[in-house]
Amino acid sequence: MDIIVSVRKVPDTAEADVMVEKSGKDIEKSRLTFTINEWDNYAVEEAIQLKEKYGGTVTVITVGPKDVEDILRRSLAMGADKAIRVDMEDPEDAYTLANILSAVIKNQKFDLVLFGAQSGDFNRGVTGVLVARMLGITHAAMVNGIEVLDGSIKASRELEGGLNEVYDIKLPALFTIQTGINEPRYVSISGIRKARKKPLEVLTPSDLGIGSIEPMVRLDKMYLPPPGKLAEFIGGSTEEAAAKLASILKGKGVL
Amino acid sequence: MAVFVFIEHREGKLMDISFEALSAAQKLNDEVIAVLSGENVGDLAEKVVKYADKVIVVDDPKIDTNNEAYTRVLDELIKKEMPKVVIMGHTSMGMDIAPAVAIDLGLPIATDVVKISKDGNIKVTRSIHNGKVLADYYLKDAETYIITIRTGEFSAEELSEKNGKIERVDSPLKEEITNKKFVGFVQPEVGGVDITQADILVSVGRGIKDKENIPLVEELAKIMGGVLSCSRPIVDYGWLPKERQVGTSGKTVKPKLYLALGISGAFQHVAGMKGANMIVAVNKDPKAPIFSVAQYGIVDDVLKVIPALTQKIKEIKG
Repeated sequence: MDIIVSVRKVPDTAEADVMVEKSGKDIEKSRLTFTINEWDNYAVEEAIQLKEKYGGTVTVITVGPKDVEDILRRSLAMGADKAIRVDMEDPEDAYTLANILSAVIKNQKFDLVLFGAQSGDFNRGVTGVLVARMLGITHAAMVNGIEVLDGSIKASRELEGGLNEVYDIKLPALFTIQTGINEPRYVSISGIRKARKKPLEVLTPSDLGIGSIEPMVRLDKMYLPPPGKLAEFIGGSTEEAAAKLASILKGKGVL
Repeated sequence: MAVFVFIEHREGKLMDISFEALSAAQKLNDEVIAVLSGENVGDLAEKVVKYADKVIVVDDPKIDTNNEAYTRVLDELIKKEMPKVVIMGHTSMGMDIAPAVAIDLGLPIATDVVKISKDGNIKVTRSIHNGKVLADYYLKDAETYIITIRTGEFSAEELSEKNGKIERVDSPLKEEITNKKFVGFVQPEVGGVDITQADILVSVGRGIKDKENIPLVEELAKIMGGVLSCSRPIVDYGWLPKERQVGTSGKTVKPKLYLALGISGAFQHVAGMKGANMIVAVNKDPKAPIFSVAQYGIVDDVLKVIPALTQKIKEIKG
């Protein structure tokens, strides 16, 4: 089975102090670290596991300037065979991004395309299905289980409240992958070094025959949320705070 | 001008998000048209029409339960009625359907929206970068806009009654969908623990760092007379079973005390625990969103606080 996985490099903002640039058009990125989008990492792992089981190839693709190549190298080290980067700034909206990605994918041989169900930066959760529709192939979003049948795949979709639903989906198809579908493998520095010999192709938008695309959604401005009601913070050393909390809990009668 | 609301239902029940979507639609002060499609959905129409000017009912056994069928029916209804906005939930179903409709009809789509305003054009607000930044977006001029809304952001309690009319239309679906066939639902596994019944939940998240640290939290839960629960990543990593998960994709809980340890407070998690009587959060990031739903907070490393708190509670309990 030939599989294409779309990956994206995102800032790690979970524990970071995030500020907005003066322009209001982006966050201040200089002090942030960047990683492969968590959902995409599960998608890469899933593709590699399918390849290990059924044979075929895994190609990882991304859009961005040269400094996003480290996530492609990382994916190659995990076991992908080939990488493609479209050399341009990250497009403003998902529609533009989907146009570029579908232009890349339609020139490749594939049975299955995997995306992360969303990305940790903009959590749009839309690009994969847009691409599927542009390519005219069947899709399933929020997939948390894949079972390969003859010419089709039984895909489990995560619903709310712990419920799943199963679809039988004809190939070629595109799935967006939910976290927890597998256990992504560890990538070592030496593994990344070894994967340096694997092919990484760089394309330009004009190679793909893409001119200017009018975005469907335009950013007006970014800003920090207005300060809302906050918890009453219990200060002091760890010991002091723990003691105060224990006595509050006792005072409230919950202990 | 009309606003379409896609009504989500499952196994004969309307989903909460449908009422939230109706609430979002009512705020736009236009005609609210609910789209209710599926198999044997007639009974549900009575409940929906209370809050809509019109409910369009498409009853067709070929639709239920197939997202591709829902998509094609919605495509046809949008083409026919030309609503200004189509609102649906940013749910698993919404994520499967809405982008497909946008491409089928060449319409702009904005997803996971927390606010919709009319500022000449339609403007949407989205919460990005782990809830730490808000962003306003304008949609390109178009006949119709597709918008999916975040769960829990539009209150169903603000709905006003409209008691409109129910209109049954023939299904535009000509044939069975064969490329994407619904096989069935898989119910969550029932284990030995029901976290929804606990008075005290001691809940862990990513901040616990390692599976090896779970027993520390188990001990704290035991001393407190509580039950261990967790946020999504802990289940994704395989450190605790799914039955312990709190949040939209896990369980909704309402304990007397919810102690959130190293949980940042993603909205999917908060949706599952904000009904707790008392919420206490420990997180080393003072800007973690969990602190805006908690009554008490400690900004510190959970791995230091857990043993300290265990010790203090032991002392109190003697």
